[in-house]
Amino acid sequence: MTAELVRGQNHPLSQVRLEIRVSAGTPIVAAAALSDENGRIHGVEWVAHPGAPTQPGLEVSRQAAADHRLAVDLDAVPEAVHRVSVLLALPSGGPGPVRFGAVAAPFVAVTGLDGAEVASYTITGLDAESAVVALELYRRQGAWKVRAIGQGYAGGLAELLTDQGLPQAQQLARSINDAVAQGLARSVQAPPPRTADGDRSRQAAAPALGPDQGGTAPQPGTAPQPGPVPAMSPYGGQTSGGQGQPPEYPGAGSDPSAVTQPSAPTAGGPIDYSHPRRRNAAPPPPPPTAPPAAPGQPAQPVAGDATGWSMEERLYNQVWGMFEDLARTTAAYRSAVDFAESRMDKELEQVLSDPRSRIGGQGDAAREAARARHAQLVDQAREALDRDLAQLKAEADVVEPALPPAYARWDSPVWHGYRVPMEIPMALRLGDLHLPEADRIRIPMLVRLPLERGLWIDSGRTESSEGLFTDSHALGRLAMETAVAHAARLLAAYPAGEFTVHVIDPAGSGAQPLAPLVQTGVLAAPPALGAAGVTDVLTRLTQRVDLVQMAVRGGAADSLPPGFDTSQQLLIVNDFPHGFDDRAVNQLRYLADEGPAFGVHLMMVADREESSGYGPLLDPLWRSLLRLTPVPDDHLADPWVGHAWTYEPSLVPPGSQVLQQVLTQVAAARTKYS
Amino acid sequence: MTKGQAISLQKNDGGSLTAVRMGLGWQAAPRRGLFGSRTREVDLDASAVLFADKQPVDVVFFRHLVSDDGSVRHTGDNLVGGVGQGGDDEAILVDLARIPVHIDQIVFTVNSFTGQTFQEVQNAFCRLVDETNGQELARYTLAGGGQYTAQIMAKVHRSGSGWTMTALGNPANGRTFQDLMPSILPLL
Repeated sequence: MTAELVRGQNHPLSQVRLEIRVSAGTPIVAAAALSDENGRIHGVEWVAHPGAPTQPGLEVSRQAAADHRLAVDLDAVPEAVHRVSVLLALPSGGPGPVRFGAVAAPFVAVTGLDGAEVASYTITGLDAESAVVALELYRRQGAWKVRAIGQGYAGGLAELLTDQGLPQAQQLARSINDAVAQGLARSVQAPPPRTADGDRSRQAAAPALGPDQGGTAPQPGTAPQPGPVPAMSPYGGQTSGGQGQPPEYPGAGSDPSAVTQPSAPTAGGPIDYSHPRRRNAAPPPPPPTAPPAAPGQPAQPVAGDATGWSMEERLYNQVWGMFEDLARTTAAYRSAVDFAESRMDKELEQVLSDPRSRIGGQGDAAREAARARHAQLVDQAREALDRDLAQLKAEADVVEPALPPAYARWDSPVWHGYRVPMEIPMALRLGDLHLPEADRIRIPMLVRLPLERGLWIDSGRTESSEGLFTDSHALGRLAMETAVAHAARLLAAYPAGEFTVHVIDPAGSGAQPLAPLVQTGVLAAPPALGAAGVTDVLTRLTQRVDLVQMAVRGGAADSLPPGFDTSQQLLIVNDFPHGFDDRAVNQLRYLADEGPAFGVHLMMVADREESSGYGPLLDPLWRSLLRLTPVPDDHLADPWVGHAWTYEPSLVPPGSQVLQQVLTQVAAARTKYS
Repeated sequence: MTKGQAISLQKNDGGSLTAVRMGLGWQAAPRRGLFGSRTREVDLDASAVLFADKQPVDVVFFRHLVSDDGSVRHTGDNLVGGVGQGGDDEAILVDLARIPVHIDQIVFTVNSFTGQTFQEVQNAFCRLVDETNGQELARYTLAGGGQYTAQIMAKVHRSGSGWTMTALGNPANGRTFQDLMPSILPLL
C-alpha cells in the first residue's frame, strides 16, 4: 500500500534498498545528500549529484531530466549518516523555468526494488523557489523512515546546501550547475510530451477548482487584475465536438515548461511548433491548465481547464464550474448586502428609540454613522464581487469561442463549419443563464443528452413578457420559433438518422416558424393537422413506447421487429390542447411519463392557461417538463443556492441562414446513410 | 497552543494566510465477538458556524457540505471513524480569502452524533491546520476528555485585514451544532 504523504508526515521503511522516483513536468536536477544527526553535510563527498553521480549507498542521474530514478542502499551509507535528503533543483542558466511555481508540482515516490510504491509525496505550494529538499530518509531508533519535507529555497542549490551546513556549498552548487549544463548540451532534445496516464506530475492546484476559486492553493488577498485575455484560446480551432485531432501545443520543443503547460501563453517568447511526428497521438490529451499565476494575480483562465476525458467533457465541467462559482460568489454578495441592510435598520431603530438622540445633532450623527457603516460594507462586498466577476468574465471570454457546436450559441462561427457528428455529444446548450448582478456574464445552460425530461416552451404571458408583446399571437409565434431552434439543435447534435422529429400542429398555426424543418426535409412526416392527425401520431408513438417497454422489460430487446427505427424521437406539440380529445390527452400524459426512458421526448409549445379547463389533471404533465421561455425570464434555479436565474433561449440571429444550412446537412447525411 | 491563546494567521513576511483546514479524526469502535455488526459505531461530526456580528449566517456540517458562498467546504460525513493513526476522518476547508465580507467569525465544533462521550472514543483528536504549508495551528486530544459529547474547538475571526485564530477547547454537550448554540454565543 502506498502512503500518500503530506508535508511533514513520515512513514516507516521496511526495506533498505530503495529507489526514489522523481517526476516533474520539466527537466530538473536530482541530487541526494547525506547528513549527520544534526542535519549537517560533512563534505562534498556526502553529496551525490550529476557531477559525481555515485557515492556510498547513493546513485543519481548524470543530467537534468523530467523523470529520475535514484538508487539508495541504506545499509551502505556510513555509520555517521543519519539522514539522506533528496534534493531537486531547476537547472540554472538555461532557457527553462527558474522557479518551481512556474512548473507542475514535482512528484516523488519511494519504491522497493520491485517497483512497489512505499510512499509518495507531491510537492505543492512552491513559488519562487528553485531548489527544494523533497524528502528525507532518516534513522529513528535503529530503523529507517521517510519524511515528506518540501522545503524550498529561492536562492537555489547554493542556499540549500549552505542551510545544510556544507562549508563548500557555493563551489558545489556551481560544479553541479556546470555538470548539468554539460549534460544539457549533450542531450539532443527536450523530453517528448508525456501522455496523461504516464504523467505522474500533478498541478499544484486541484484541477476541479476553477482558477478563481483558489481552493487549497494559496490565494493572494489583493484585488486581482486579470491580465489581457487571448482573443482566441489555443483550442479555438479544435471545436468540432471533441473528436478531431488532439490539439497541437506550441513550444514543446524549446520551452520545456510548455510540455505540461501546453497553454502557457509565451508572452513574447520564441514560438516553436513541435514536430508533429514527435508527438504522442495517444490517449486523452493532457488537460490545458491555467498557466501559473504571477504573484498577486489570479491565474489567467484557459478554455478546458477542468477534469474530463475529452475536451468536450472538460468544457462541460468547466461551464458547470463557472455556473457554480457565479452562483456562490453572488450568494456571498447578496448575503453581505442583506446583512448590511438589516444591521442599518436595527441601528436606525435604536437611534429612534434612544431619547438622547432627540437632543441636538446626536441623533443625526448616529444615523449618519449607521448609513456609513452600511455603505462601507456594501462597497467591500461589491469589490469582492467585482473581483470575482472580472475573473469569470475573462474565463467566459476564452471558453465561449472554444465551445463545440452543441454547446455554442447559434451566432458562433463553429456552426458555419458544422459537420454531422459521428457521436452524440455529452450535452446540449438550451440557452443562456445570467444574474442581475452580473449582466455581462452569460453561462451556457447545458443539459445532458439524451434528454431526461421533456421540454415545455411556454407561450403564455409571463411578467417579463408583459409589455413586450401586445398580442398573444406574436408570443405564440416566437415560442414556436424557439421550439424550432431547439429541435434543429437536437437534430444537429445527433449522428445521421439517430434523431427523429414529429410535429403536431392541429390548427396549422405554426406553419411559418416550422418552415425550416419542413423545407429541409428533416421531419419524419409533414406536421400532423387536425384531430385525426393528432390521434394518428400519438397512437403510433404510444405503441412504440409500449413495444420498446415490453421488449426491454421482457429482456428481449433483440426481438424488436426487423427494420425497427431505434432512433430517439421528439414530438413537438403546438397549440395544445387544440385538437386533443380526452383519449389524446391521456396518451400525451403517458408519453410524458414513460417516454423519456424509452427514447420518446415531448416538446410542448403551449400556454398553460389554455388547458386550464382540464383542471389539476394536467398538473403532473407540466411539472414533468422543463419549462423554457421564448423571452428572457427569471424562472430557473441553480442547484446550489437556488438563485432565480434569467433564462434566455438560444435563438438564431435574425437574417441568419445558419439554421437552414445546418438542417440541409442533416438531411443530406440522412439520405447518404439510409 | 493553549486554551484561549490567540495566534494571528499572518505570515511572517506580512502575507496573509489564505486557507485553513479543520481536521477531525477518531478510531472506529473495535469489533467485538461473533456479532461484529452489533458493535456501536462512533460517529463524530465536525461543523463550522459562520457568524456576522454574532448572528449565525451559515453553517457547514454534514447536511450542508458547502457554505452558500462556496468558501467553506466539508469533505463529507464519516460515520464510523478511521484506523486511529492520526489521519483526518472529516475535514472542513476554509478559503479565508473568499469568505463574504460580512462574516467576521467562524467557530469550529465537534459533536458526538452517536452519543458516546469523548471518554469512550479512542484516539480522537481535532486540529486546525494551515492548509498552505500543512502546519498545525492547534490540536486537541478529545479521547479521554471527560463526560462530554461536544467541544467548541476554536474560532477564526477577522482582525485588521487578516484573520486570527483563537483556541477555545470548551467542552459541551450536544448531538449537533444546534445544541451548542447557547454555549457558542458567549464565546464570540
